[in-house]
Amino acid sequence: MSRVPGRTPVRVGPVSAVWRPRTVLVPLAMAAALFAAIVAGSGRGDFPLSPQEVVTALFGGGDSAARLVVWELRLPRSVVGALVGASLGLAGAILQGIARNPLASPDILGITAGAGVGAVSVIVFGGAYGSVSGPLADIGVPGAAIAGALLASLAVYLLAVRRGLSGYRVLLVGVGVNAALTSVLSWLLIKADIVDAGRALIWLNGSLNAANWDIAAPAGWALVLLLPAALLLSFQFGALAFDEDTARGLGVRMTGSRVALLVTAVLLAATATAAAGPIAFVALACPQLALRLLRTGHPPLLASMLLGAAVTVWADVLGRTAFGDVELPVGILTAALGAPYLLYLLVRSGKART
Amino acid sequence: MTHTAPASVRDDALDAAAPAVRLRAERLTLGYGERAVVHDLDLDIPDGSVTAVIGPNGCGKSTLLRAFGRLMKPRGGRVLLDGTPLHTLPTRAVAATVGLLPQSPVAPEGLTVADLVARGRHPHQSWYRRWSAHDEEVVERALRATGTFELAERTLDELSGGQRQRAWIAMALAQDTELLLLDEPTNHLDLAHQIEVLDLVRELHQDTGRTVVLVLHDLSLAARYADRLVAMREGRIAASGPPAQVLTEELLGEVFGLRARVRHDEETGAPLVVPLSRHQRTAAP
Ligand SMILES: Nc1ncnc2c1ncn2[C@@H]1O[C@H](COP(=O)(O)OP(=O)(O)OP(=O)(O)O)[C@@H](O)[C@H]1O
Ligand SMILES: [Mg+2]
Repeated sequence: MSRVPGRTPVRVGPVSAVWRPRTVLVPLAMAAALFAAIVAGSGRGDFPLSPQEVVTALFGGGDSAARLVVWELRLPRSVVGALVGASLGLAGAILQGIARNPLASPDILGITAGAGVGAVSVIVFGGAYGSVSGPLADIGVPGAAIAGALLASLAVYLLAVRRGLSGYRVLLVGVGVNAALTSVLSWLLIKADIVDAGRALIWLNGSLNAANWDIAAPAGWALVLLLPAALLLSFQFGALAFDEDTARGLGVRMTGSRVALLVTAVLLAATATAAAGPIAFVALACPQLALRLLRTGHPPLLASMLLGAAVTVWADVLGRTAFGDVELPVGILTAALGAPYLLYLLVRSGKART
Repeated sequence: MTHTAPASVRDDALDAAAPAVRLRAERLTLGYGERAVVHDLDLDIPDGSVTAVIGPNGCGKSTLLRAFGRLMKPRGGRVLLDGTPLHTLPTRAVAATVGLLPQSPVAPEGLTVADLVARGRHPHQSWYRRWSAHDEEVVERALRATGTFELAERTLDELSGGQRQRAWIAMALAQDTELLLLDEPTNHLDLAHQIEVLDLVRELHQDTGRTVVLVLHDLSLAARYADRLVAMREGRIAASGPPAQVLTEELLGEVFGLRARVRHDEETGAPLVVPLSRHQRTAAP
């Protein structure tokens, strides 16, 4: 029986929590949507398979041709998409939670642009026609993307976050860092020869075309390692969502927990971007959508993660199959869906301030 | 109650019967950036007392309270909690002993009253223990005591200013700390609810011996409900002690630049401040 309205307890031994049907049902629905996207994505292509055939092949049945197509050709793409989307959703939820601002996300804070500069530098300076050589070859495109993202977030941290994460200063500094990095990107593209520039542009659009199991592995490990860290740290989330004084009055070690969460978010965003290039707006929009669906006071981590995965895989399926012969990279599709949302957020936050 | 020695005795630190000092500011200097706003301040908060801090806007009341709540580092001097320097204590331990309601707290959008009040339990929870039977009991009590139980499932943005203020007070109560620092808890409240909140503070103090420090702007109410007044001016203490000693016409002039008469309540004898309007002032000799 609940003594406090709206907060029905669940208690098992020393473990206790509030029972909220939404926080279980909504993520389940999201997981179902993700599974449906994977099945749909694995059925479409030159060798079409019905959903039943896909599911049978997924669980190791059916004929060997179908299993080969599903497991070796199409599933890696969906899995990379799901991992990337999950990491971005989680990173966005963490950033928005600690910044207390729906606009905080790796796209806006320059983290993604940093990854872009890193990756494009390797493509442009690494050697012609994709044959990366010299010291840059050892780092590779993914390594450079991660390094770039870390450097960009360090810059934002040193310029703004150290003096408190809340308010618009972090966002403004992030936008500034973003603009600086974008101009570096343009310069790199001008300097590059035409073939490298083309490859760089494909990477910059965010695409799952190159996806295979080797790309899925690091993204998967990052998520496996960082998700438990995020969930453990997220205990502080409820209190961090308040203003600085209230949160510290509740016993939150502001700097420590924020820095740990920030590092987690940056690593997630960096590994995701390294795997598939920048996929816009997933990290920005999914946590806010999940927040509205779950009605928690702060972006929910698990739901944001599942929604990010489902949205990314669906966007990829649509981009590949909905426009006839034209295959749109997943990043372009999410950008097209996300841009109106960003405008809506800006208009709304403008209203709230006046 | 053993704690409630008469206020005049309490101020005498040498008296053996005086209650222990819970919070002590020693030559405390506080500031923001370059500017110091509290200078060399000495203040004792005895166990089981209700202390009201009064003073004009910007004199450093909130700043002092923030230092007592360990929200800012002293520029000079120190704050002691039960004799231990506050800055050597772990954040969570302080939060389990000292609760603070800031002057203008901000909650995330869409939070319900019940969820807000439940967040007050944070210092007592851990990542696996998030809603124990005890948490539930304390939160229910806090909701009922502040008259917000009926509002529990509404979100904060659907409340009036006064209802919201009471929800925040409930959150501070749910923290269930021995010391409670309330920065203008009667902000936004109508007179009846101001009295209700102050009665509640009084009850907390009488029933559970809690130590309360609160910032109030209504001087007559401060005199009525606190057993000690601390009048601040420009970051220094202008006077402190029992209300009847502190609230004098001279002090009001000195601290607030206010011309007022101090009358005395017929029943309780508590000082009542009656400010003079401009035409009274010019008419006065
Ligand atoms: N975060 C801050 N940064 C810089 N200066 C500040 C800050 N907070 C307060 N101050 C300054 O410190 C001085 C004391 O402020 P404080 O908030 O303690 O006043 P107060 O006595 O609580 O006033 P009020 O009655 O208006 O709440 C003021 O001059 C104020 O301008
Ligand atoms: Mg104040």
